Amino acid sequence: MAYQRVLTQYINEPGSYTLDSYLKHQRGYEGLRKALTLKPGEIIDQVKASGLRGRGGAGFPTGMKWQFVLKDTPKPKYICCNADESEPGTFKDHVLMERNPHLLIEGCAIGCYAIGAKVAYIYIRGEFYHVQQILEAEIEKAYKAGYLGKNIFGSGFDCDVYVHRGAGAYEAGEETALIESLEGKRAQPRIKPPFPAVAGLYQCPTAVNNVETLCNVPLIIMNGPEWFSKLGPEKNGGPKLYCISGHVKKPGVYEAAMDTTLRELIYDERFAGGMMDERPMKAVIPGGSSVPLLLPDQLDIPASFDGVQKAGSLLGSAGLIVFNDSVCAVWLAMNLLHFYRHESCGKCTPCREGTDWLLKLLMRIERGEGQPKDLDLLFGVSNNIVGKTLCAFGDAAATPVLSTMKLFRDEYEAHIRAGACTLPAPWRAKHAMAGAH
Amino acid sequence: MSFHPRMEYAPAKFHKSERTLAEQGGDFKYTPENQAKFDENVTHYPPEQRKSAILFALYLAQGQQGYLTAAAMQHVAQQIGCTAAEVEDVVTYYTMFYRTPVGKYVINVCRTLSCALLGAERVTEELSAALGIKPGETDPTGTFTLVEVECLGACDRAPVVMVNDEWHERLAPEQSAKLIADIRTKGAAAFTGCHLNKEAQQGAGARGTGDRGKGDRT
Ligand SMILES: Cc1cc2nc3c(=O)[nH]c(=O)nc-3n(C[C@H](O)[C@H](O)[C@H](O)COP(=O)(O)O)c2cc1C
Ligand code: FES
Repeated sequence: MAYQRVLTQYINEPGSYTLDSYLKHQRGYEGLRKALTLKPGEIIDQVKASGLRGRGGAGFPTGMKWQFVLKDTPKPKYICCNADESEPGTFKDHVLMERNPHLLIEGCAIGCYAIGAKVAYIYIRGEFYHVQQILEAEIEKAYKAGYLGKNIFGSGFDCDVYVHRGAGAYEAGEETALIESLEGKRAQPRIKPPFPAVAGLYQCPTAVNNVETLCNVPLIIMNGPEWFSKLGPEKNGGPKLYCISGHVKKPGVYEAAMDTTLRELIYDERFAGGMMDERPMKAVIPGGSSVPLLLPDQLDIPASFDGVQKAGSLLGSAGLIVFNDSVCAVWLAMNLLHFYRHESCGKCTPCREGTDWLLKLLMRIERGEGQPKDLDLLFGVSNNIVGKTLCAFGDAAATPVLSTMKLFRDEYEAHIRAGACTLPAPWRAKHAMAGAH
Repeated sequence: MSFHPRMEYAPAKFHKSERTLAEQGGDFKYTPENQAKFDENVTHYPPEQRKSAILFALYLAQGQQGYLTAAAMQHVAQQIGCTAAEVEDVVTYYTMFYRTPVGKYVINVCRTLSCALLGAERVTEELSAALGIKPGETDPTGTFTLVEVECLGACDRAPVVMVNDEWHERLAPEQSAKLIADIRTKGAAAFTGCHLNKEAQQGAGARGTGDRGKGDRT
């Protein structure tokens, strides 16, 4: 049976982002209406039964996260929607917020009701200003129509949703750093525990959920948890958005169930449609830049949280970056380490200093000035970052180096032996990067 | 394991702090319009958490003056009810705040992997040549500032360039010089905008959402 899209079915219709379209096509706000007839605990039970796993990167069960939110406290509670979307290769929340914003707004309201919050903040990255304008206009309309604000559907439940604009920081996507940033500080992670569920925003119980995660909640309430869990393999149910970019014919956001294989996503006509110019594929990074690479012979696995993990990588944010055989592994690691060095928040020394050293070493090898001992150095520096930082950024930053060294060690060695990159390609700069800045 | 290079320790070689103070600048005060916007925004947060509005307050100040001077930061500190040092702490962390004057058009070229795989490094080179400035610099007329940034979250439309709050997508290296010429003559009309954004309004086609036709790439 052909897969029926639910998150993105109408996004190509004119005015798909409007309240009218949402009401007409997607049974808009019926999920919220139904939710408000249930007890908050029943909603959490349904989300738990659905098996919904967080779409932000870690794949943690959302129902459990909500259950952990402290109940017996006089403090207010909060939902923080993570719309920072800065993981390289990820652009799904962008599409959802821009073309189906009411699904997110409804998800925020149901989430608030479930955990006993009255306010949800959508933390959106500063670069998405055009998205923010749409989102804010639609929130305004939801207020006017009585889906937000005081006494929604006469149930006595009040809910406010605000958009909070970030200002350019990848680390603001990490949940405790996001909370710090929302509090008006530098986006740097906190020591955990306490987890946000106990002491999050303003030291109050808080749930941080990704945009796509919250968008699934109205669907679960409306269609039932069984419908959701039956879409896709066991423990990996529900619709999933895949972001495919790089050297493919049709890059874009594709919705599918998680029994779809990586090979289908990359080569099938329904999805990315194969490699650009039919050049052979060298490897794919399946979950945003922070996860290990997979080779072309590892693609026949379901693109699910568990499937990709079994193959030795992670589904992460489901951002597939595909590249062909013209790409040099050292250059690739250097490109990504430039990202991590730039975005390291500076709080933990191993990450702040380590990413700088990794980039310097990679640039030296790429320039052709590498020395044989540099490979051990790369390995040593990477392993002095992994597991030694407050948040998962450190592990993510070391991954491109460790993964490319594992799979393409011969290329590193060839660089050092030949004193130059062996794979010059037309898309690369004519003048090599002069220096890290 | 020690991987640091050998270092000579002599007073002249001690590491120097790179902290640079923002220029004081002339008197700064929100326009009544911006003051009203700020006063509305702080109501989004609990009354004792005014600091949450700091990013919004800084965007307002930057929008009003083009960049953030020490005087502007002091004004923001007053509005928030915190110290000027706390404001500076925030300003120096986030990349979207400028502490020195920038050009009328700040061209942010995404340089991260998906964009780089389709020529972003060369886009920067071409823009750099067309403008006669290096990344991080502003041209002498104060019209353009060129900046390299990290993933903008639209990797399917690589290479992506953000100009102020506008987007320009699929900028091939060969078209880069022309984009500069177009901005010079047409201003903001030169940008493609965010495809998603445009199509959300017009419903035309389905670029960037999966249903693209063949050969769209070229
Ligand atoms: C360095 C770093 C960056 C992250 N960036 C994002 C992000 O941009 N968007 C996101 O949804 N989650 C991001 N996460 C994951 C969040 O910490 C968190 O797990 C997620 O928002 C939880 O939502 P979920 O349970 O709905 O997935 C990031 C994590 C780390 C360590
Ligand atoms: S890599 Fe350029 S937008 Fe993501």
